[in-house]
Parts: sequence; C-alpha cells; structure tokens
Amino acid sequence: MGEAIVITSGKGGVGKTTTSANIGTALALMEKKVCLIDTDIGLRNLDVVMGLENRIIYDIVDVIEERCKLKQALIKDKRFDYLTLLPAAQTSDKTAVTTDGMKKIISELKQEYDYIIIDCPAGIEQGFQNAIAGADRAIVVTTPEKSSVRDADRIIGLIEKEDMKEPPRLIINRIRNHMMKSGDMIDIDDIVQLLSIDLIGVVIDDEEVIKASNKGEPVALHPNTKSSIAYRNIARRILGETVPLQSLEDEKGMFQKVKKFFGIRA
Amino acid sequence: MQDKKQLITIKGTREGLTLFIDELCSFNEAIKELHDKIIKNKPKKDDPIVSVRIKLGNRYLEDDQDKQLTEIINQANGFKIDSIESEVIRKEDALKWKEDSKIKAINRIVRSGQVLEVKGDLLLIGDVNPGGKVVSTGNIYIMGNLYGIAHAGVDGDRNACIVASYMKPTQLRIADYISRAPDYESDGVYMECGLVDEGQDKIIIDRLQVLSNKRKELSRFERRVQNG
Ligand SMILES: Nc1ncnc2c1ncn2[C@@H]1O[C@H](COP(=O)(O)OP(=O)(O)OP(=O)(O)O)[C@@H](O)[C@H]1O
Ligand SMILES: [Mg+2]
Repeated sequence: MGEAIVITSGKGGVGKTTTSANIGTALALMEKKVCLIDTDIGLRNLDVVMGLENRIIYDIVDVIEERCKLKQALIKDKRFDYLTLLPAAQTSDKTAVTTDGMKKIISELKQEYDYIIIDCPAGIEQGFQNAIAGADRAIVVTTPEKSSVRDADRIIGLIEKEDMKEPPRLIINRIRNHMMKSGDMIDIDDIVQLLSIDLIGVVIDDEEVIKASNKGEPVALHPNTKSSIAYRNIARRILGETVPLQSLEDEKGMFQKVKKFFGIRA
Repeated sequence: MQDKKQLITIKGTREGLTLFIDELCSFNEAIKELHDKIIKNKPKKDDPIVSVRIKLGNRYLEDDQDKQLTEIINQANGFKIDSIESEVIRKEDALKWKEDSKIKAINRIVRSGQVLEVKGDLLLIGDVNPGGKVVSTGNIYIMGNLYGIAHAGVDGDRNACIVASYMKPTQLRIADYISRAPDYESDGVYMECGLVDEGQDKIIIDRLQVLSNKRKELSRFERRVQNG
C-alpha cells in the first residue's frame, strides 16, 4: 500500500508545484513508483513543469465524472516508467471535484504506487479541502517571508484538525544566503520555532529551478545543482533516511545550527 | 412608645448611614417603612450628600426590587447609595461565579486564524502565534510566546490581567481597553504582565512583581465576592 503526501502552503506562488514535481522526480530516481496529482483545477501547471502538457487527453474531472477510467487519464513520464501524472482539468467547473471523489481516486492509486504526491492549489477553500482529503501526510512549503509563514501557520492549524498519520512537515523554499546573513530575511530557526513542526528540507533560491521548469524537466534530474541535491535529500528523508542538511554555502555557515531541528523518523 | 417591631434600623457612622432591613418581614412592608423614614430623615437643602449602605441580612432581592429600593433612596435628594449588601446569592449566580473563576489549563499552539475562548482564567501552555487569538472572561496566563492577540476580562472585567513568558503581542485587550504593538520593530519582553492602569486610563506592561501590589486578588472569584 502506498502513501499519499499533499504539498500545500496557503499562500500562492511559494513553490508547491515546483516542489511536487521535484520530489516526485527524486523519488522516481530512487526507483519508487510515483503518481503526481495536480488538484489546481483551472490553473493546472504541474504538466507544464514536468513537460507533459502535450500528452494530456483526459484529466481528473473526466475521471470523477466517469468519462474515462483512472488508468486512461494517467500520463506516463518521458523519463521514468513508474512516474505518472494525473492532470488537473483546465476548463471544467471546479465544483466537479469532491473530497469523496478524491479519496476514491487516491485509494485506488495506493494499490499500485508507492507514493502519491498531491499538488495543492493556493488558498483554504474547497480546492484545498479536496487536496488534503485523501492524504496520509502533508508537507507545508513556505518562503522566508512573514506573509508566507503566516499562511503556513494557518494551514498547519487546519491540517492538524484532520486526522493524518503524523503532523505536517516543513520545507523552506527560496532561501537567499546574502539576505539571510544581512538579516533581511527571517531566520530558518525562527520560522521553525514559530511553526513548531519538523523541518524536512531547505531549498535555496536558484535560477536553475526556473530554467529547468521552463524546459519541462525538473531540476532534480540534474546531478549537481544545489537545489537538485536539496530536493533529492528531501526525497531520501521521506523514505526515512537520516540525511544531514547540506551546507548551502561554500564555507561552513549558518545552516549548521539548524540541524537540531531535523526530527527524522526511522 | 412603639408597639410594633422596627423593620428598618438606622445607624449613623462616620461614613454616612447604614440601614438594616429586617430580613423576615415582607418586602412591601419594609419598603413602606423605608419610605416614611427616608422622608423624615431627609437632609436639609445645604447639607452635604449622605452616603447610605444597606444591609439586607439573609434577604435576596430580585432585580426589580433592587431597583425599587434604589429609587426610594434616590428620590429623596441628598442621599446616595454606597452599597446594597446581602448575605445570600442565588445558586445560579454562585455557579456562574464558580465557572468564571475556574482556571482552564490548555496545552496547544494557537495558530494564525485560530481563536481560543474560555470562561474564567486561561492557562495556556503553548504559543499564541501571529494572527492567533486567545479570549477569556478572567485573566490570561501564557506559558509560551504571545505574538497574536490576547483579550482578558472580555465581559468587562477591567481588573483582569495578561501574563506571558514572552510577549510581543499584536494587540493586548482588557475589557474595553485596546493597545497595539508599536509601528516600529521592537523587541518583546520576558515574564511581564499587561494590566489596566486606572491613573493613565490605558493598558500598561510591567514587571510581574507589580501584580502582587496591584492585583491582590488574582482569583476572579475572590474579587467578585469581595466587591459584592
Ligand atoms: N527554489 C526556487 N528557486 C527559484 N525559483 C523558484 C524556486 N521555487 C519555485 N520557484 C519559482 O517560483 C514560481 C512559483 O512556483 P510554483 O509554481 O511552484 O508555486 P506554486 O506554489 O505552485 O504556485 P501556485 O500557488 O500558483 O500554484 C515559479 O516561477 C517557480 O519557477
Ligand atoms: Mg501550483
């Protein structure tokens, strides 16, 4: 039986889709069977970031409204046999998707896949409710900005009301070293302390991420960029490995002291 | 001279008059006699205002009886009611007091968008994050960081206070008073309390030590019993 992980944030544009694509890719690199689900109805993106847009025939709403079988709507990745995408609908009415519909799809996918990664839309409305409905765990993405951290806190509060297997875990995305040093960005320590959930990864703000998603191939495929290593480390932590946080600077720096926040479970 | 037992006994003290109303007679009889006595003892035009304390013994007054009594005293110019004291309260009120004076201990984080409301005093073991809010009818004690909003004495108790291990709140509210964080970036404070300062007519933040002087009866129950 697989496990469903929802990637969520509250605030828009902080990197949910990028994170979903890269974690999915990184897990596939480690030979896990992965299905990505885009639940952002009307604003689908995950297919573009994965470079699979041109293969879409059916989407999640077609599945829910029984215009096709679930298997027919799944799109196989170009690079990995066991990486697939269930795309969001671009045109259909948002209200077509329900929490029950989601739960049904996810439990069916769990039979076949090791990990189901759910890309959540921004906000806390029905789309969010649908995205978290079938999830066993949640990963909350935030950037080191006040408003983003505030929304992450709100989302964590909402997720805690659901009974998931464990509390949500945190990714801090788009860290900029120089701003962190000059004190113009909130400290990683402060964010983790405020949100008081386990940190599962820190990703720097990296041009390569943008370049890669423009090409439709997630940065996690590239062997040596820092963001790629960060995503692959997150995937390893999801698998239960204990991976220390890489030093994101060349000299040993501030990320050393953050290690204590990694509560990696075996 | 008098064949009948006095229903109202009046005693003069340094502070004014104390009226003892017999606790066994009917309320109407007492009111009638009170009326006569008040007219008789009415102060002269230029005399200073006399304050009156009324002792009811084991008599319970309904709200409208209370009003009737107050009207009689007030209608005779020159008297002012200082207090109406009764040895008894209604079971209902007693239970409400008890409810209001309980300390509720709660162990959680109050996150952005969440509101935690309790009757009585709140002891929160955990943080109130920015955007989060805690509300109580009594005092609020936070063993953790207060970043959001705390509203103590929400039913109007201006003597309520707010205590936190660390506070850098967005707003503090006590009864009908509101104070907010300054617009400039400032550090929070450790182990301090917020309370209403009567003199300055606003909420101030001070060291915890001042509580032992300014709020001798931290328990709402004691406070209310003593204030009647
Ligand atoms: N680590 C990073 N470094 C640089 N750019 C990034 C990084 N993460 C995300 N981005 C960029 O930020 C933008 C928003 O990212 P993304 O679409 O993943 O966010 P989202 O949370 O899914 O947004 P939405 O709420 O609209 O769904 C994209 O242009 C993406 O390329
Ligand atoms: Mg997105």
